[in-house]
Amino acid sequence: MSNLKITEVALRDGSHAISHQFTVEQVTSITKALNEARVPYVEVTHGDGLGGSSLQYGLSRTDELKLIEAAVGVADFSKISVLLLPGIGTIEDLKVAENLGAKMVRVATHVTEADVSKQHIETAKELGMETVGFLMMSHMAPVEKLVEQAKLMESYGADVVYVTDSAGALLPHEVKERIKALKQELSVEIGFHAHNNLSLAMGNTLAAIEEGATRIDGSVRCLGAGAGNTQTEVLVAVLEKMGIDTGIDLYKMMDLAENIVAPILPQPQEITKNSLTLGFAGVYSSFQVHANRAAKKFNIDSRDILVELGKREVVGGQEDMIIDVAAELAKAKSLV
Amino acid sequence: MSKVKVGIIGSGNIGSDLMVKLRKSELLEVTTMMGIDATSRGMKHAKEIGLEVFDNGIDGLLDNPNLVDIIFDATSAKAHIANAEVAKKLGKQMIDLTPAAIGPFIVPTVNLGSHLDADNVNLITCGGQATIPIIHAINQVAPVEYGEIVATISSKSAGPGTRANIDEFTETTAKGIEQVGGAKRGKAIIILNPAEPPIMMRDTVHAIVDPRAVDEKAITDSVVQMAERVQSYVPGYKLRTDPIFDGNKVTVFIEVEGAGHYLPKYAGNLDIMTSAAVKVAEEFAKSRLNVTTK
Repeated sequence: MSNLKITEVALRDGSHAISHQFTVEQVTSITKALNEARVPYVEVTHGDGLGGSSLQYGLSRTDELKLIEAAVGVADFSKISVLLLPGIGTIEDLKVAENLGAKMVRVATHVTEADVSKQHIETAKELGMETVGFLMMSHMAPVEKLVEQAKLMESYGADVVYVTDSAGALLPHEVKERIKALKQELSVEIGFHAHNNLSLAMGNTLAAIEEGATRIDGSVRCLGAGAGNTQTEVLVAVLEKMGIDTGIDLYKMMDLAENIVAPILPQPQEITKNSLTLGFAGVYSSFQVHANRAAKKFNIDSRDILVELGKREVVGGQEDMIIDVAAELAKAKSLV
Repeated sequence: MSKVKVGIIGSGNIGSDLMVKLRKSELLEVTTMMGIDATSRGMKHAKEIGLEVFDNGIDGLLDNPNLVDIIFDATSAKAHIANAEVAKKLGKQMIDLTPAAIGPFIVPTVNLGSHLDADNVNLITCGGQATIPIIHAINQVAPVEYGEIVATISSKSAGPGTRANIDEFTETTAKGIEQVGGAKRGKAIIILNPAEPPIMMRDTVHAIVDPRAVDEKAITDSVVQMAERVQSYVPGYKLRTDPIFDGNKVTVFIEVEGAGHYLPKYAGNLDIMTSAAVKVAEEFAKSRLNVTTK
């Protein structure tokens, strides 16, 4: 088996796509199937990480701690991971999740703000968790800045650092130069998290692997924010054709995608004009659902909202800016 | 008119901005700067403008206790614990701008009147100072079942203290939303945005109120009046729009532009803290002067 390890993010990133409506039954059945397919890591949290259930991002239908507990209960092979964004979730939240059986945490910051993750990474290590630094919106910083920030996370004790393309905005050559630089400058494992907004999730993932990334995120049936992530079952098949054994059972992944995940999707994951705009304008993928809602409310084109948000260099978590920008655009339109 | 004498511990950005603001006050006279590095910019400036300067922190007051009546602490939560003990021994009122929160939480427009004699008061957080008045204003019309705030600040205005302990911000602000704002449950989120030029501080308040008490006009009036009261001591505080209603959910967007005294204008998050601190000290001073003249 290769040293490539896949983390399935549908039960976290996919939370955005279904407006955080996961139930215990859904999480249980999906995790059970992922465990049987021998997926090494399964991430379960609100889309915005621990403590993300809010009016700002959307309230969880089910307390995420119940979902984490349910996932842990049916996973004797897969390790359950949680996401934590300092500023949203806290160390206390992390301790509770660890106590429920979470074995890995991904501590996520905007690509230029790694220093806010120090306490969280250090605490996770003290708790004995596998700890990942997750540099979101990686397309917004030049390579040198990314390296500097990744080194900070490494210095705090992170076992892995991820290039996280939250907007699905990176092009293959940009992924390559980022992974290459991190491989040269850091000694920890490097990971890559894609979004398929420009139809580049698979291509970018392969580019990352070629440059030495060994930790890869996927979402089964593309159940993730925006146009979803690298489709896990497809990735497993492609890697198998390339002679890279992920240890994951391809047929079982295909079955669970078809029989368990597809029926949950409100609509099939495809690249719509909105998800395409996310990648094109470089906007956080979870903004899609909120921008759609705001566009309807203010009777304007959701693409205009997203493009304006991109121009203003809005970062992950600033969902409140969507209504604000939409109201402004609507006002400007009525004046014309 | 006689003024009440005040001193500042901490000669960094916050302490330096306080110094500028205090020199404009008609009720307060800043006499002393207490730092740890005599060569720092803030200490040098304090000396230049004629303040007493101590580079052994609050211990400088031990031999000169009559220099100040009220002390601002702009150091760190850890240092504040020791500073508070000394202040108490000397019988000085302390206004705490750190996250230590030994004394009661204070928001000038909400609960200052009930703590005029307190020996130590705490200013919560910048996000708390910007949003708790609004939660309180909504709560006065319609009971707030859940109050959530999102503070977005420019990366440049987030100091090392905030960065090293960001949970302190979310946890302390959430408590303030409940204890001072009156919400049954509170939550706070903070986001750092690195855009250049730096963004102004923005705060969003989301409140779920008792559905039987949604009176849009009364809530809007209460929020607008509260914003005007905050503006009286933070001139750059403004509502971006009237409150937005969605059933029993109320959303209010706020922007805070700093006065640009010592700190840049985008640092509204720091300005609202120093402005609130001066406001609290002025009310303390009024209360003292009234007592003395009686």
